[in-house]
Amino acid sequence: MARAARSNAAKTKRNSSEDAAASSGNFELRSLQERFEKNRRYKAEPELLLHLYEQMLLIRRFEEKAGQLYGLGLIGGFCHLYIGQEAVAVGLQSALQEGKDSVITGYRDHGHMLAYGIDPKIIMAELTGRQAGISKGKGGSMHMFSTEHAFYGGHGIVGAQVPLGAGLAFAHKYRDDGGICLAYFGDGAANQGQVYETFNMASLWNLPIVFAIENNQYAMGTSVKRSSAEIEFYRRGTAFRIPGMDVNGMDVLEVRQAAEVAFAHVREGNGPVLMELNTYRYRGHSMSDPAKYRTREEVQNVREHSDPIEGAKADLLKLGVDEEKLKDIDKRIKAQVAEAADFAETSPEPSPDELYTDVLVGSY
Amino acid sequence: MAIELKMPALSPTMEEGTLARWLVKEGDTVSAGDVLAEIETDKATMEFESIDEGTVGKILVPEGSEGVKVGTVIAVLAAEGEDVASAAAPAPAAAETPAEEQKSSESEAPKGKAPSGTEKLAATAKPVSDPDVPPGTNMVRLTVREALRDAMAEEMRRDERVFVMGEEVAEYQGAYKVTQGLLEEFGPKRVIDTPITEYGFAGIGTGAAMGGLRPIVEFMTFNFAMQAIDHIVNSAAKTNYMSGGQMRCPVVFRGPNGAASRVAAQHSQNFGPWYASVPGLIVIAPYDASDAKGLLKAAIRSEDPVVFLENELVYGRSFEVAQLDDHVLPIGKARIVREGSDVTIVSYSIGVGLALEAAETLAGEGIDAEVVDLRTLRPLDRETILASLAKTNRLVIAEEGWPTCSIASEVMAICMEDGFDHLDAPVLRVCNEDVPLPYAANLEHLALIDAGRIAEAARKVCYRN
Ligand SMILES: Cc1ncc(C[n+]2csc(CCOP(=O)(O)OP(=O)(O)O)c2C)c(N)n1
Ligand SMILES: [Mg+2]
Repeated sequence: MARAARSNAAKTKRNSSEDAAASSGNFELRSLQERFEKNRRYKAEPELLLHLYEQMLLIRRFEEKAGQLYGLGLIGGFCHLYIGQEAVAVGLQSALQEGKDSVITGYRDHGHMLAYGIDPKIIMAELTGRQAGISKGKGGSMHMFSTEHAFYGGHGIVGAQVPLGAGLAFAHKYRDDGGICLAYFGDGAANQGQVYETFNMASLWNLPIVFAIENNQYAMGTSVKRSSAEIEFYRRGTAFRIPGMDVNGMDVLEVRQAAEVAFAHVREGNGPVLMELNTYRYRGHSMSDPAKYRTREEVQNVREHSDPIEGAKADLLKLGVDEEKLKDIDKRIKAQVAEAADFAETSPEPSPDELYTDVLVGSY
Repeated sequence: MAIELKMPALSPTMEEGTLARWLVKEGDTVSAGDVLAEIETDKATMEFESIDEGTVGKILVPEGSEGVKVGTVIAVLAAEGEDVASAAAPAPAAAETPAEEQKSSESEAPKGKAPSGTEKLAATAKPVSDPDVPPGTNMVRLTVREALRDAMAEEMRRDERVFVMGEEVAEYQGAYKVTQGLLEEFGPKRVIDTPITEYGFAGIGTGAAMGGLRPIVEFMTFNFAMQAIDHIVNSAAKTNYMSGGQMRCPVVFRGPNGAASRVAAQHSQNFGPWYASVPGLIVIAPYDASDAKGLLKAAIRSEDPVVFLENELVYGRSFEVAQLDDHVLPIGKARIVREGSDVTIVSYSIGVGLALEAAETLAGEGIDAEVVDLRTLRPLDRETILASLAKTNRLVIAEEGWPTCSIASEVMAICMEDGFDHLDAPVLRVCNEDVPLPYAANLEHLALIDAGRIAEAARKVCYRN
């Protein structure tokens, strides 16, 4: 179950020991968390919230369609859907400065691209392996990139994107361009050794990077508690003097607020921040996951009580947004996704010559 | 409009499945997320969820139906407010799309599932009985997956020191179900789920072997063993030598290797040549179930570190396996899987199936090909290769992997060094294209070896055509 609903009592108990652990020098593990806890939810104007809602809905409908196309054999290989986690990418990326900041993630990457406003048509066409796809059909679901949007992938090897992200941050710092890097990874990836090598260097060199752990509670069939000695992932930067933040990733406004605090800290030159975003994946790990490691009730419970889209919808209604307006948005997005699927189905496959292009840049 | 529910593809390699059970009946209303049916694939039983809401119209494929092709319409769903009866009209099955329609769209974008490059790799070929088994032995049909599992289970029963560790090997029963049932029989002390930390657990496995245990370290696929290659090469392979023979490292690193289906560049590589270049390692890459079982048992018993390369596309294929109390095969010995006199085709792993297929084609043209399965890549069985060459005087190597610095290059070097006098034609290699494996179905198809290309090379060295 999403840990968003964990009791506060358990949290208070942990804090005292953390304060002790972090008391040396001027390092304050909890400083950002405290700032964030004073005001957990971003005060969004209805227009902004409406925009975030629309983006989340686009991701949801896009992913549902991708699941369908997979079932029809139009998408092959591995296809990891982002359904349930929409608030994370949308909340975080809405606080970035597009074009200036950079983003990198793993193979569960469709949502992060859509949250950046990349055309669903060329993402879907990549999923079906067509020339018009964002990687000319050569990368597929797990390997999508957009240098135009400073979106650096799309990486299939669990954990690899973490040092790559620090490298992007290194380049921001080196060029002094004011940008920061947002590097996403999973709760499972958080156990890879290279993550900690990166934490050390990022902190040592004061790199402008936000490490965003999308804790969706499972790595394939392994629940967090079966794989991790410390399941409070936001604490894992402590040994490297990286402040952590514990965020409800099922609430887009909470994610956005946490992003404001974290990004400001990094942008001001204070070095890395580690954010843990507690979220949940509704679907199987990939399309071929029989999902015997959790009950249907568990999934249903999160869907019913913590769905990020339903939550944003309730907020919008409270703000006085007309229900009809939401229905129109829904209709528009359905049409947009249907159009993307049509495009992805009917556009041509890459030309055979593409097999040999892009292997190297130069000719030797 | 009524919505057609089609038999879904539930894994990258699934082409058909069993409709095990309907969980809804005609007339039921369903909403998105409801489980409609249970479908069995070769790997698992999966729940088929509804994506739309509506009322179940006609159920077209009854439960218990086996071999239902992906894309077949299995039921019809009437959308909200729609007449269920009209939705009950049987819709044409997608799997039977008229050939005409396919033709007319040939020049446009491909409709439906394009043949992927890996499908051709998955085509089954005729197995040949192992010469090491005495005739008259009772044979059972096993999938490669089962054979590997049986090998591990038998060795674990025989030797307390043997244990298995890796990602998803225990509770999930293996990402590709190779360790199915082991947790139940041997318990969590000996069947161990690890976090996603290849470098760490490969090191722990290697250290445990140094400490006197017999670890089997499973990599979910060998692509991820690149995270751990330092321990395989620097820690496991060199210890015996560096310690002047004092310190043994009897560890087995195993898992699927090579291209799978449409999983693109980072998940589709053959590491055979990489490991086979390292002195101090044993490298095994079997093709059929009998070799998989017999050689894995030998690997577990070996005093040396072994890299055991399997192939996902072969896991589900069935072969005859001798029912012996202890089916152990010799490491370092190739096997003639088809005798012939005109040309030798050397291959290993999934390439053997393609080589056999090519040999069938060639037989129809009057070319009698001999097929040699290397089985072990290090140490390479030079004698068998050279003996076959001496017999046929022509040789082709087929390898599902890159050509540069490959096992194929090594076999060619052996032929040049020690077989030159027997050669009536230059040795040819048939490998994948020298590019990262692309995702697009048509490009993947072009990038991978196939039986046609192997047959073509064989014709060439026979100076036919
Ligand atoms: C180095 C490596 N090991 C194993 C895998 C296979 N694999 C792909 S995703 C995955 C689980 C990752 O879980 P998590 O990091 O929690 O991310 P999530 O899938 O939940 O988004 C595994 C084991 C891989 N791709 N790379
Ligand atoms: Mg996870």
